[in-house]
Amino acid sequence: MARRYDSRTTIFSPEGRLYQVEYAMEAISHAGTVLGVLTQEGIVLAAEKKVTGKLLDLSGASTGGYGGSGEKIFLVNTNVIVGVAGLTADASSMVNLMRLTAQRHLSVYDEDMPVEQLCKRLCDVKQGYTQYGGLRPFGVSILYAGWDPHYQFQLYHSDPSGNYSGWKATCIGSNSGTAQNMLKQHYKDDITLEAAIKLVLETMGKTMDSTTLGSDKLEFATITLDKNTKIPFAKIYRPAEVDALLKKHGLAKSEDEEMRS
Amino acid sequence: MDILFGLCGKGFVILAGDTTVAHSIVKMKNDEDKIKTLGPHLAMAYSGEPGDTIQFAEYIERNLRLDQIRNVHERRPEASASWIRSSLASSLRSRRPYSVNILVGGFDISSAAIVEGQEELGGTPKLYWLDYLGTKVEVPFGAHGYGSYFALSLLDRYHDPNASVEEAMGTLKRCIDEVSKRLVVSPSKYKAKIIDKDGVRDIEIPV
Repeated sequence: MARRYDSRTTIFSPEGRLYQVEYAMEAISHAGTVLGVLTQEGIVLAAEKKVTGKLLDLSGASTGGYGGSGEKIFLVNTNVIVGVAGLTADASSMVNLMRLTAQRHLSVYDEDMPVEQLCKRLCDVKQGYTQYGGLRPFGVSILYAGWDPHYQFQLYHSDPSGNYSGWKATCIGSNSGTAQNMLKQHYKDDITLEAAIKLVLETMGKTMDSTTLGSDKLEFATITLDKNTKIPFAKIYRPAEVDALLKKHGLAKSEDEEMRS
Repeated sequence: MDILFGLCGKGFVILAGDTTVAHSIVKMKNDEDKIKTLGPHLAMAYSGEPGDTIQFAEYIERNLRLDQIRNVHERRPEASASWIRSSLASSLRSRRPYSVNILVGGFDISSAAIVEGQEELGGTPKLYWLDYLGTKVEVPFGAHGYGSYFALSLLDRYHDPNASVEEAMGTLKRCIDEVSKRLVVSPSKYKAKIIDKDGVRDIEIPV
């Protein structure tokens, strides 16, 4: 009888808790880590891919379609990219909803959807699934990195309960506590984009289970403003670019070999 | 019969409209304000089918207010005007469309609208011309109604995007005077509003 309140999402336990929502959050703390760092020049996102295997056919992803073929980082709109942690299938339906919402906004208002509004809209949907009967909450936490003319660069985090909050640097998924501590220690308000990239990669290297970083386990993206047009520019790195970046920061797989040569 | 004018200057936009309400050949009223304030930096002048105008303007006003309460920051003029346009466009395909023509004047205070070297202006003035068919154009000046036949040529000649408030009001006065001189049934009174970085307020038209 202890599990009486487990099976229903919409029923409070006698202690006033919603178990299904808490379990959804628990599921996320086992998912691949996603990191985000906000700077004045842009935002850096990095994500750990958990599903890898010798027989997994990655030949299609080798060229890395622009914002399509990744598992964890997606292009939602010209001005927004997201990193997701949790159930991949739930995440892709959330991403689909985000893209639809952003395009609907564009058609009615003739402007890119403000980041917080998009985040809020998605959270309303997530909250609905913790209240209406017979439904399971979305098992995903999302990091939204975006730019709009109202508040410039913004980084938001939302969880399965439908709460959201803005961050300078944050982390979701497994080992998020360790990563958050590292970010707390090294983050400065005037951090440059270059320094943020380095911070993200180093934090990622320390929190990930594997000892070496590589494009098979890491997704990476930035969103910046184009110098001339002042239009947001989202860049989701292709696997080759991720490897080049790791090499540049001395975190690549073949570190030892390079030192010898 | 309504006449509406709108023009941008340096760091402000002015909207003006006559104040007459006519029914058939009778003047019912001559102190009607045909300009609605829609937000901290947004106003709209409207004309068209009596009844439709007020119904539509209040619908827009309340919905934009709701939008602002929900989203904390004010919607940019471009986005607001686009939303008004899409409302008109969807009404057009309904059983009984609104027959309303609109000038939307706004002042964009978002960071992207602050021009380098002109930070003291605090943003960019915006003016949009909308008609009942769902047309929307961003214009430096615009007019609706019979007044447009007389005023547009004058505005072509005298409008200056860098004009001061006094100069712009002078240009507006020229338009009003021309209408009074040439139009058979010209209105006697006008009301004007100015929108700049400090918000929306009434402005006296020089005599």
